Amino acid sequence: MSKILVIAEHDGKKLNQATARCVTCARQIPGGAVTVAVFAADPAAVAAQAAQLAGVQEVVTVAAAHNANALAAVLAPQVVALAADYSHVLAASTAFGKDLLPRVAALLGVPQISDAMSVEGAHKFKRPTYAGNAIVTLEAPADRKLVATVRSASFEAAAGGGSAPVRAVTLAAAVPSHTRFVSISAATSDRPDLASAPKVVSGGRALASKENFDLIFKLAEKMGAAVGASRAAVDAGYAPNELQVGQTGKIIAPELYVAIGISGAIQHLTGIKDAKTIVAINKDAEAPIFEVADLGLVGDLFQIIPELEKALAK
Amino acid sequence: MRKILVGVKRVVDYNVRVRVKPDGSGVITDGVKMSVNPFDEIALEEALRIKERGEAAEVIAVSVGPDDAQQQLRTALAMGADRAILVKTAELVEPLTAARVLLKVVEKEQPELVIVGKQAIDDDAAQTAPMLAALWDRPQATFCSKIEIQGGSARVTREVDAGLETIEVDLPAVFSADLRLNEPRYVKLPDIMKAKKKPLDVIELGSLGLSAEPGLKPVLTEPPKPRSKGVMVKDVAELVDALKKKGLVS
Ligand SMILES: Cc1cc2nc3c(=O)[nH]c(=O)nc-3n(C[C@H](O)[C@H](O)[C@H](O)COP(=O)(O)OP(=O)(O)OC[C@H]3O[C@@H](n4cnc5c(N)ncnc54)[C@H](O)[C@@H]3O)c2cc1C
Ligand SMILES: Nc1ncnc2c1ncn2[C@@H]1O[C@H](COP(=O)(O)O)[C@@H](O)[C@H]1O
Repeated sequence: MSKILVIAEHDGKKLNQATARCVTCARQIPGGAVTVAVFAADPAAVAAQAAQLAGVQEVVTVAAAHNANALAAVLAPQVVALAADYSHVLAASTAFGKDLLPRVAALLGVPQISDAMSVEGAHKFKRPTYAGNAIVTLEAPADRKLVATVRSASFEAAAGGGSAPVRAVTLAAAVPSHTRFVSISAATSDRPDLASAPKVVSGGRALASKENFDLIFKLAEKMGAAVGASRAAVDAGYAPNELQVGQTGKIIAPELYVAIGISGAIQHLTGIKDAKTIVAINKDAEAPIFEVADLGLVGDLFQIIPELEKALAK
Repeated sequence: MRKILVGVKRVVDYNVRVRVKPDGSGVITDGVKMSVNPFDEIALEEALRIKERGEAAEVIAVSVGPDDAQQQLRTALAMGADRAILVKTAELVEPLTAARVLLKVVEKEQPELVIVGKQAIDDDAAQTAPMLAALWDRPQATFCSKIEIQGGSARVTREVDAGLETIEVDLPAVFSADLRLNEPRYVKLPDIMKAKKKPLDVIELGSLGLSAEPGLKPVLTEPPKPRSKGVMVKDVAELVDALKKKGLVS
């Protein structure tokens, strides 16, 4: 029987939706019992949210001042101590999970499966490589702990309605002082979150300036969508880095993805392959984005966006 | 500081459209253009800039891979690395193996800083930096977009999902380079000539007392499921109609 430990991701108040998706992956592991671990200064609120996720059997909390900000070097020895009773350790393959889990895996002396996209067995998972151009089925040794990050776009979020018991634990693990949190500058906005929004409008290099990129923000607002961007748009400073979609940005699976003035490089496409409907607007009919688009429109975005806004207002 | 170590992985060039072997045993690499992992160029560029600011004395490029990875190390030398080390193996190198090998090199060279790429664009694993930091029992700063060395510590800005995070770490430490850390320099012809004379040591992986045998067994490699062919619409009205039919806009 598998005992699966899912490391919760949160900002101190709210459980990240990626963790709910990770729980869904965990539940698909044959014979798995799922525990969610919350490391925080004050884990109560987040633990209560984790306890509601359907299929979670238990929530364990580790309250400590040094867990106020997620630092991999501080968390990893604690996760390792907690992992003693579990066969699997999972976290979402977000910046948080990618930073933490390889450190955990190395301390445990086991390899890690990154970006698990499907469960093929208790120790067998599929994952994308080469920017999603090759899908590899990997088998991990059954007699070792399995450490994996989970590709959020491949799993639905676990439903609510659960009521798992919450248990506080104290860990003996020594934590280092060589790594210190200084600050985080998170763009606070009331826009939907790119990683979990059902609709996303993305802009590329064609927007040609930060001012013009406002067209994307306005259209997204009208559609109730989150905003994304290509690497070219981020590199040029039109959009902040956390909006980058793709191989090295966010991998998303919205119901609707609208790519405007984006050519469709493989590195970008790997971030949107799981979108249900892709709309592409590009003035070049040969742009590779049209190869993956469900609906394509050839034309100048500076003409099309205003028209689109008008049509949507009706 | 005295030394910075930089990871340089030989990977299929990012412009190549990678294809899966028909027998499912991997991807086709024969006759395919190979390059330095793009993130490693960024890592190396950062190391060179630190050195050029007078904050480090030597930059060493390290690769774990086949004999042909000497080509990528020569590129690193042409960019400005002082010397290079190839730890040779014919096996595919898993991140945990790369981290174990890099640790051996770290123990020998005693660098104050190791900079690797955020991820290798072949395995897309993004594991090596945290793994090496764990094995070395030192701090890590992954996804760096800004690095400031302050004597025995460094202040690093990291690209995280919410925005930018700043942390402070004591040195020695392991950093991983994100896209916007810098823009790597172009290699000039005279530099390529000069690089030929720079030292490049080749050692067998086995001689380090390590094995490259992967811990994870690749059972099957397959192409991704293709998306079904879409339709082209002729104007905005048609687009909005189609979206309405799908219930995606009201
Ligand atoms: C290691 C590595 C990692 C990378 N990771 C990512 C990643 O995570 N995400 C990512 O997006 N990219 C990534 N890239 C970059 C990627 O290869 C492309 O360079 C990038 O996606 C291009 O962005 P773009 O489509 O906005 O720009 P371009 O490729 O320049 O495309 C602009 C498009 O706009 C169209 N256009 C121009 N004017 C108009 C107009 N007026 N109206 C309508 N259309 C117009 C053009 O026809 C063109 O198709 C990565 C690259 C590397 C090497
Ligand atoms: N075989 C290798 N040789 C040299 N450096 C490597 C090797 N594997 C990984 N690295 C370094 O670690 C980074 C992350 O790789 P990965 O963890 O495989 O995504 C790369 O960008 C390299 O800098």
